[in-house]
Parts: sequence; structure tokens; C-alpha cells
Amino acid sequence: MDVLFNSVKALVALAEKENKPISEIMIAQEMMVSRRTREEVIGQMEENLKVMEAAVEKGLEGVQSMSGLTGGDAVLIRKYMEKGDTLSGNLILDAVSKAVATNEVNAAMGTICATPTAGAAGIVPGTLFAVKNKLNPTRAQMINYLFTTGAFGFVVANNASISGAAGGCQAETGSAAAMAAAAIVEMSGGTPQQSAEGFSIVMKNMLGLVCDPVAGLVEVPCVKRNAMGAAKALVGADMALAGVVSRIPTDEVIEAMHKIGQSMPSALRETAKGGLAATPTGKALEAKIFGGESAGRDNTTS
Amino acid sequence: MKFRSVFDIIGPVMIGPSSSHTAGAARIGRVARTLFGKQPEWARVHLYGSFAETYKGHGSDVAIIGGLLDYDTFDERIKTSFDEAEKVGLTFEFIPEEEEMDHPNTAKIVIGDKDSVMELTGISIGGGKIEVVELNGFPLRLSGNYPALLVVHNDRPGLIASVSNALAKQGVNIAHMEVGRKEKGKMALMVIEVDHLIDERIIEELRSLPHITQISTIAE
Repeated sequence: MDVLFNSVKALVALAEKENKPISEIMIAQEMMVSRRTREEVIGQMEENLKVMEAAVEKGLEGVQSMSGLTGGDAVLIRKYMEKGDTLSGNLILDAVSKAVATNEVNAAMGTICATPTAGAAGIVPGTLFAVKNKLNPTRAQMINYLFTTGAFGFVVANNASISGAAGGCQAETGSAAAMAAAAIVEMSGGTPQQSAEGFSIVMKNMLGLVCDPVAGLVEVPCVKRNAMGAAKALVGADMALAGVVSRIPTDEVIEAMHKIGQSMPSALRETAKGGLAATPTGKALEAKIFGGESAGRDNTTS
Repeated sequence: MKFRSVFDIIGPVMIGPSSSHTAGAARIGRVARTLFGKQPEWARVHLYGSFAETYKGHGSDVAIIGGLLDYDTFDERIKTSFDEAEKVGLTFEFIPEEEEMDHPNTAKIVIGDKDSVMELTGISIGGGKIEVVELNGFPLRLSGNYPALLVVHNDRPGLIASVSNALAKQGVNIAHMEVGRKEKGKMALMVIEVDHLIDERIIEELRSLPHITQISTIAE
């Protein structure tokens, strides 16, 4: 199937040549492959945006997962922010609390939009709804933010991986945070190349992150990795907007992520057999949640 | 390219907690339900690899049953699908298997009612995307690089021509096509990979043809 771009280099070149933002290139490609109108494509993304808004709202009210491992941290962070004396600043903590809120809803089997996966679903909306208060974007610009994250995620998914089982957490929260950085740069008025630099700066700082969920649940440490992913996305975007560039080109950073994922042992790729999942406490929590059984096995019959 | 649409990346809208183990599992169940064409009365679900190790924590079991009840990935009823199954008279069994499959997230679903039985094996490849690798003993050699149509039909002369004509009428180009059957004149299967995303117009066009029993899309 023909596409307009399959590398960040080609994506940026096209945006520069046509003097358009990256989001516009993504919309054009989507119209081409899906043979749908601009209104249909934008309409579907707006529906996704509504789901993200609702999830953040629900999470900020406070939710608990069925296992009891996660929930309520978004509320704690909001209360702390209200005291008005934070160290890292309200914009970062706003993004962090909204990322946590989304992932707490996900862990509680609520409705979310995968960005690019459910386990990493907090970072893109968390950062979006935080920078919204700073940059006052139009609804159309918020939708464009999602198309820009999607453009970078598209390149990662087709050239590396967005699956924790295949590439570790670097492929999930790593990709999500880097995608978000690129979109923050665009919304802040940066160039397509600066979006790519923001992506690279963040991705480079996520390389090697393993997928080691306690009891195989998308909770510990996933929720907190979404929190830190949101913070890194904002800092990386600021660095790119300041004019900092990555010495390693974006496509090579993506390739490095892919190769690191391939060389990770399977114990560290979503099997709940290594890393934090294999700590004494991780094992004890697994035994408690599944009554001494592992996270799968033993038959279920109606 | 495995991922074609921006909505493969920003999407799907789904019930948590895992795109591969919950949304992907629901989609495998729903493809089986669609191809069966009616509500099955019983289901036996064999789980392999990471599915077998972590299905309870990820709600893969309620998601697959939700799919068998024709729920989409975002249907809130997924959470209570076991109760819903009881209401419609669907009994089920989950069997975690030790055997290693090619893909870490593999599920084999056997469903049936008093008249027929169907068996489908699906894999969940990440971000909620799935592929079907076997149907009723037919191995499906889908590349996964193109959107695909599965057409179950009666084995009749001229049917392949009429399906390809219908696709041509909708401006759809066939990238790869396989046909298979169990017995002459009985149930047969067409697997068609195409160059464009498949929309409802294409499905409707095919549905209007005689001798077509069921149609489903994969890697949409």
C-alpha cells in the first residue's frame, strides 16, 4: 500500500516542502489510505479526543483497580498542587496527574483510547490537557496534536514496535512520551524539524526501559511510568524549542530502540517473570491477588 | 507495513487494561462471532503464551467472551460479559495451554451450536491489532501487510469471478488471494488481501452476492 512517508526524515521533508505542519501530512495520508473525506477522518479523531477527556475527568475524581494495586494517586497529586508550593511546577504536575488519572481508569477497566497502547494511554492526553491551559489551543489544534503524535507513532510502529511483549516498555511509554514531545513542539509553534528533535531527545532517554508488570497487570509500574513519561515529554519539548538538537538522527534512534528491544530477554518483555515483577514484594502481590496461583493458568469454566 | 491507519496508533477506544490482551482478545472473539454468523451456544477457548500466563489479570477472558457476544472493544458490557453470556445461554471454558506457538499472544476459539461448529485461531500483535492465522483447519497465510477479507461461501462455479468483479466495481485492487475448500460443493473459503482499507460499502456489495455465507474483515 502506498503511503506518503515511512520515516521521520521523509515526514519532515514533506512537511517542509509543502510548508505544512506534520499533523496535515498525517491527515492527508489517512484520507489516502482509508479513502475517506477530511471531515470523516477529523471526526473520528475528535471522538477519540472526547474519550480521552472523559477518562481524565473520571480519573481525577478517583478510581480503584480491582486488584487494589493502583488508584487514587491522581487525586493525591491534585491536592498537593492545590497547596501551590510544588517543586517541579504546576504545568508538569498537571500533565503528570492527568496521565496518572488516565492510566488509573485503564487499570480499573474503564474506557480509554490507546495512544499507542492502553498501557501507555496516559502520556498523550496527560500532556495535551496540561499544555491546553498554557497555550489555549482551538479544538482543531487539539485534534491536530493527536494527528502529530500519530504520525510519529506510525513510523515507530512500522519500523520498530509499539508492543511491550515485543520491545519492552521503551516501545510503549517510550514511544508515547516521544510522540507527545513532538506534538507539544508543533502546538507551541516549533518547526517540523524541532518536533523531530523533541521526539529524539525524549526517546533517547527511554531506551532500555523493560516491561516488567507485577502480576502481569497493567498497573505496577505502568501508571508511574506514564507519569514520568509525561514529565519527560514536556522537558524534551522545551529543549527542542530552545534549539537543542539530537546528534543521532530520529530514524536511527528509532532503529536503536528496535534493536535494543530485540536483544531484551523475554523475562523483561511483558511475561511478569523478571524485573519488578520478580522482586519478593512483586511475587507476594501476585500470590495475594491470584490466591497463590499465577496470573493465568488454572481453568475458568462458566 | 503492518500499521496503515493513524487510528491503529491513536486508538482503538477500548475498555482497559491492555490493548493487546484485552482489546485484541475482544477482537479475536468478535471475528469468530462474525464468521459464525449467529450467537454460539458454547465456546472452548485455548490460550497460549503470554495469553495463558496473564489472561486473568488482563481480563482477556471476559474480553473474548464479550467478542463472542458481538461487543466492540469499547463496549462497557465486556466487564460483565460472563453474566451476559449466561443470559443468552452461552457456556464456555478457558484452557491455558503449555504448548509454545509462533506468536506469544495466541488464542484458539472453538464455538458451536446444535447445527454447526467452527474453529478459529487468532493472534494479537500489539496496539489492539489482530491477525487470524487459521480457520476451520485452513491455515491462513496472511502477510498482515494489507487489509484482508475472509469470505465463507458455498463451493459453486463462478463465485470467485463474481467476488473479484464486485471488488473491481468498488475500485478495490486485490493484492493477494487464496481459496480453499474441505469438500467439493461444500463450504469453501476465500482470503483476499486488498490495497485499500475495507469499508462498509465493500462489505455490502459482497453480501449482495448469492452463495456467500459470511464475511469478515481482518487487520482493518
